[in-house]
Amino acid sequence: MTRLWSYGALAIGILYFLLPLYGMSEFSLRMIRGEYSLQAYYVVLGDARFQATFGYSVLMALVTIVFGVLLVVPTAFWVRLKLPGLRPYIEFITLLPLVIPSIVIVFGYIRLYNTSSWLPLTGTAMGTNVLLMFGYATLALPYMYRAVDTGLRTIDVATLTEAAQSLGAGWSAILARIILPNVLGAVLSGAFLTFAIVIGEFTMAALLDRPAFGPYMQLLGANRAYEPAALAVIAFAITWACMGLIQLVTRFSKHNRVAR
Amino acid sequence: MAFLDISHLEKSFGLLRVVKDFSLGIDKGEFISLLGPSGCGKTTVLRMVAGFESPDQGAITVDGANIVGLKPNQRKIGMVFQAYALFPNLTVAQNVAFGLSIAGVGRAEAAERVAEMLALIGLPDKGPSYPFQLSGGQQQRVALARALAVRPKVLLLDEPLSALDAKIRVSLRTEIREIQQRLGITTIFVTHDQEEALSISDRIVVMNGGIAEQVGAPFEIYNRPNTRFVANFVGTLNTLAGVVVDPAAGMVEAGGRQFALGRALDMPRGAALTLALRPEAVHLGRAPGREVVLPATITDVHFLGSVIRLRAEAAGEVLSLDTFNRADTPPPAVGAAAEVSFSAADVIVLGD
Repeated sequence: MTRLWSYGALAIGILYFLLPLYGMSEFSLRMIRGEYSLQAYYVVLGDARFQATFGYSVLMALVTIVFGVLLVVPTAFWVRLKLPGLRPYIEFITLLPLVIPSIVIVFGYIRLYNTSSWLPLTGTAMGTNVLLMFGYATLALPYMYRAVDTGLRTIDVATLTEAAQSLGAGWSAILARIILPNVLGAVLSGAFLTFAIVIGEFTMAALLDRPAFGPYMQLLGANRAYEPAALAVIAFAITWACMGLIQLVTRFSKHNRVAR
Repeated sequence: MAFLDISHLEKSFGLLRVVKDFSLGIDKGEFISLLGPSGCGKTTVLRMVAGFESPDQGAITVDGANIVGLKPNQRKIGMVFQAYALFPNLTVAQNVAFGLSIAGVGRAEAAERVAEMLALIGLPDKGPSYPFQLSGGQQQRVALARALAVRPKVLLLDEPLSALDAKIRVSLRTEIREIQQRLGITTIFVTHDQEEALSISDRIVVMNGGIAEQVGAPFEIYNRPNTRFVANFVGTLNTLAGVVVDPAAGMVEAGGRQFALGRALDMPRGAALTLALRPEAVHLGRAPGREVVLPATITDVHFLGSVIRLRAEAAGEVLSLDTFNRADTPPPAVGAAAEVSFSAADVIVLGD
């Protein structure tokens, strides 16, 4: 009986998630009247604006990931090692982006860094890109920090650090050669989540007027019928590919093969 | 001056003084054990030598140079941890080579040194393995090889055997001692296991409450403990309450018998004192050379194979004594009347 209930719950869950997905995918294939075709995908992929905005967002995602890793890994490491009492506060701060809407953050940015401020970042395209990257890093902070902190929990940070120190290693060597490789799986899952967030982000990119993928999706959605559905399927595929990559990376990291 | 000199070390954590005026000189190539119960400050002393804690006061010199201001990675002091602390992302060979690569040793030389170290610990084939593929004892040997590969001036061992099972513990401690003697490396070993400390050390420092209660060779610590704590902590001890009868002649009274200890006592006549005896110094029955004889009642018998551990009530105290097993003499029964004897020369007079 219990089994029946669990299967029932599973079936409802699957329907809830898959039915809209199926509907959307089916709709995306019906651009040519009366037959199934990949026409909508050809149109989307062939659009120069798609290529430009997608390329821009991918680049921004990569830069955000690098910045996020450089910010979060040393911070989480240091908090775990030397300032464990600060952990609740750091966790609180990293969770703030989940409760503060990104529109508030971006308006704050514009107010602080506009052309008449002491640091006029929005005055140049590059400055605005940097600002947008900081914004993305903030949005991704809850995921990145949590992933890295969970990764650090699985290793004895204090003893490994002391062992490396007694062997002559300084902080940068400890971080680069011991801590980072041991939390690589966690860092990568944080990185892929960051990637997924940046690829789909609309508010910040639109308000900072940067040519990102999110505003392009919105623009297309407002003006076309079939292409947005195709674009959504592509976006899903990218997200799933990211998740698949997380799995692959963790499976191929040799040293923790037994741990799973 | 000693090779490693620790002088007047002080350390407090908040209001708690963990190490109090601790001084110790260690000669080059010496194997010293810091022995004591949990919280006695032994690990804190070790961590101050390693540089992971900084002393509130005092100096630590290695080969004449004060190292207190140096960071842990500048001290050239190797350390082996209780939790092995092998880097899980690196193979055994990479773990051993880690310190060498940090020091900028060339690839060929490092490979040679790694092979030499792996041979030293008896695991020449384990280079490509990851730590998770090794047993606890093997991991700890790799940790030892890793610490030794950089040729440190001093080796620190922080309870390296505590996480291992009893059999491995005994074999590994012998191995550690052999390697230490072969390399002639100055070593500090922290342990709470008195048998471990007694069996492998040149000298033992018995610590209690942040101070060094006694420093000496294992034989001396065991047979001539300076304080009641040392006597109780190292080995099993029987105690008898006594009274000084004639201090100059070393005459005391205990259990209704008067006997001379063979040495003068620095106590007034009539003063109460505690006499202590190791279990192996107490004999069941009379024996030549054991001139003090007390009537006793057997209260407990533990047959341990080669040794029989008895407990007997004598002179109002329960004494523990060991006798060797003999196939033709069955152990006494519980409740049986017996006599126990000991030599006055084996009596330890406990101060405080």
